[in-house]
Amino acid sequence: MKDNNLFYMRRLLLGDEAIALSAIHSGISGVYAYPGTPSTEITEYIQHMQKSTPESEKVFCRWCTNEKTAMEAALGMSYMGKRALVCMKHVGMNVAADAFVNSAMTGTNGGLVVVAADDPSMHSSQNEQDSRFYGKFSFIPTFEPASQQEAYDMVRDAFEFSEKYKIPVLLRVTTRMAHSRAEVETCDQKRPQNECSFPENPRQWILLPANSKVRYNTLLQEQELFEQESANDPRNKYIPGTDKSMAIVACGIAYNYLMENYPQGSPYGILKISRYPIPDTLIEQMLSDGIKKVMVMEEGQPVAEEIMLQKISSKVEVVGRLTGELPRVGELNPDSVRKALGLEPLKAHESDDIVVSRPPALCQGCGHRDMYKALNEVAAEFENSRIFSDIGCYTLGALPPFRAIHSTVDMGASITMAKGASDAGQFPSFAVIGDSTFTHSGITGLLDCVNNNANVVIIISDNLTTGMTGGQDSAGTGRLESICAGVGVDPAHIRVVVPLPKNMEEIKQTLREEIAYNGVSVVIPRRECIQTFKRHAREKKNNK
Amino acid sequence: MKKDIILAGVGGQGILSIATVIGEAALTNGLHIKQAEVHGMSQRGGDVQSNLRLSSDPISSDLIPTGGVDIIISLEPMEALRYIGSLSKEGWIVTSTIPFINIPNYPDTEEVIKHIKAIPNNVMLDVETLAKNAGAPAQASNMVLLGAAVPMLGIEYEAIKEAVRKIFSRKGEEIVNSNLAALEAGYQYSLESTK
Repeated sequence: MKDNNLFYMRRLLLGDEAIALSAIHSGISGVYAYPGTPSTEITEYIQHMQKSTPESEKVFCRWCTNEKTAMEAALGMSYMGKRALVCMKHVGMNVAADAFVNSAMTGTNGGLVVVAADDPSMHSSQNEQDSRFYGKFSFIPTFEPASQQEAYDMVRDAFEFSEKYKIPVLLRVTTRMAHSRAEVETCDQKRPQNECSFPENPRQWILLPANSKVRYNTLLQEQELFEQESANDPRNKYIPGTDKSMAIVACGIAYNYLMENYPQGSPYGILKISRYPIPDTLIEQMLSDGIKKVMVMEEGQPVAEEIMLQKISSKVEVVGRLTGELPRVGELNPDSVRKALGLEPLKAHESDDIVVSRPPALCQGCGHRDMYKALNEVAAEFENSRIFSDIGCYTLGALPPFRAIHSTVDMGASITMAKGASDAGQFPSFAVIGDSTFTHSGITGLLDCVNNNANVVIIISDNLTTGMTGGQDSAGTGRLESICAGVGVDPAHIRVVVPLPKNMEEIKQTLREEIAYNGVSVVIPRRECIQTFKRHAREKKNNK
Repeated sequence: MKKDIILAGVGGQGILSIATVIGEAALTNGLHIKQAEVHGMSQRGGDVQSNLRLSSDPISSDLIPTGGVDIIISLEPMEALRYIGSLSKEGWIVTSTIPFINIPNYPDTEEVIKHIKAIPNNVMLDVETLAKNAGAPAQASNMVLLGAAVPMLGIEYEAIKEAVRKIFSRKGEEIVNSNLAALEAGYQYSLESTK
């Protein structure tokens, strides 16, 4: 029901922006995040909104060093009774996992909503893990909006839910939701931020075994309540069909692909899922419709399909990604769903094989280019150089013309893998890591190197920003040398160069000297990202 | 009314500003909109596209089904052909003829143009020259392209002009006018070539 005293507005918003705006309208006091596609725009939108927000209503919105620090800081804000939002890409959940999983044990005080933006089809990621597993694994209720409008509406509900049950809520979106615009009706009535208050049950926040054992039992008992709440959410529903041969379970945006193919309505019953745990009552309602087969459509991994297999008797066939009706990997789309439904494809032109692929590349004028040119030439002077790289723009050093790197695994793995390889006898063993990735998860690895005096050359390619995600602040800007020295790297072996073609000989010579040094060397090629450089130049011009 | 559009180009060319203008005009006209964008890694000089859907009825999917595309609007000729397999039999290609060559194996440009010409409904234009002749800077080339797509959009030209005015207004009257001139150049060219 609409309250006419409230101010409704129709806006064109990215899924990420709808989440951000709703969080602001829900009265958050802070957003905690590390940039990661496709989640970055949530925090950016909140940051942008602060410019026009009165001082008394401003929220904390500076970027965090990594997803774990973000999750923990948000938990601290929740402890103080205030509402906090945490945002990350799916693989960020791995970094935050320790804090995330245990936040189910501490519970919350102020509302706490964690957004995980999954990237099925790996548009900009190294895997397509499904964050719903984290929700299930941690016993944290998971919301999965089917549209940008649902995303906006659900963030509000998620905060209310979190405060009602004193539990974090996981909001799971995927790339097509995060990075697609749609019109969203917003209710521009900002809920005031919470006042500070300490938790009612302070013991619950001290996860000593004696406390945890009590809490874990409570958490398990509460699952039934969470399931009941899922059943009461009108976005979770069973819509009966006329054709009883099959029913379709449609989770999140899979529902849209299904309806795209049935603009006049589906002949089959649909169990629409936008919230987990999936309520048994709805599954029973679907089965009591006398259906013979259940097809499960979901973005990501077969989470709901496995639940259906577990809950539905073998007399009813369950099909989906596991059985091959839908592709086992990659995101769904209207075509794959159409095929699964046995509908004829639409008529189209033939594809044209004159088209060749156009892979992404490092920008012209990018400092990483000069770094790789020098590194490749020096590495070639040794018979068996190995270059362990990391996550960021410089991962593109894997592609022609550089073909420079031998590994990219996870944030920070370059340094520790170079160390492990060196332990195993590799020489020379290089790590290539960006400044933001270094502060995210490289510093602890560097400490391991120092403690073992590992014979490694660590190149921190410093472009003074978090480049790949569009140029966000980098946590260690201006302090990389002192961080490395503080960790224990000999200052004589912390070398800074400027990656420009004219300095090529100097860079190569520096690398050669550090390879010759038997110990931990850090070489920092430092030049501003060409994209942020251009942006800053534009801003300067506009401000004149 | 229902139009499914693919906007195509190379990362950094500015296809999203075309989407912003169409989106603004559609929103003011009370249409439903969905627009899937590409962010992240592929923006670094790789191929980029955006699925833009407009309809007087609610829209389900953020992505356009294969065979459902009504118009491909492309800032680069080979990129226009990349999505030809999604174009409906009656669909239109509106594309810039200026190749963006940042790969060693870019096909023969004349062949690319020939392939586009083979599609019955096409508008091909040199957006940069048209922008220049209209007295607009090269950055306004995308507005030339948008202008050329206006006759197929199903949105009144006046509404598109209004959206351009609104979006560029904070950059000053001069920028607004040069973008409107670029838009008009593309619009007139398109009317002429589809006569």
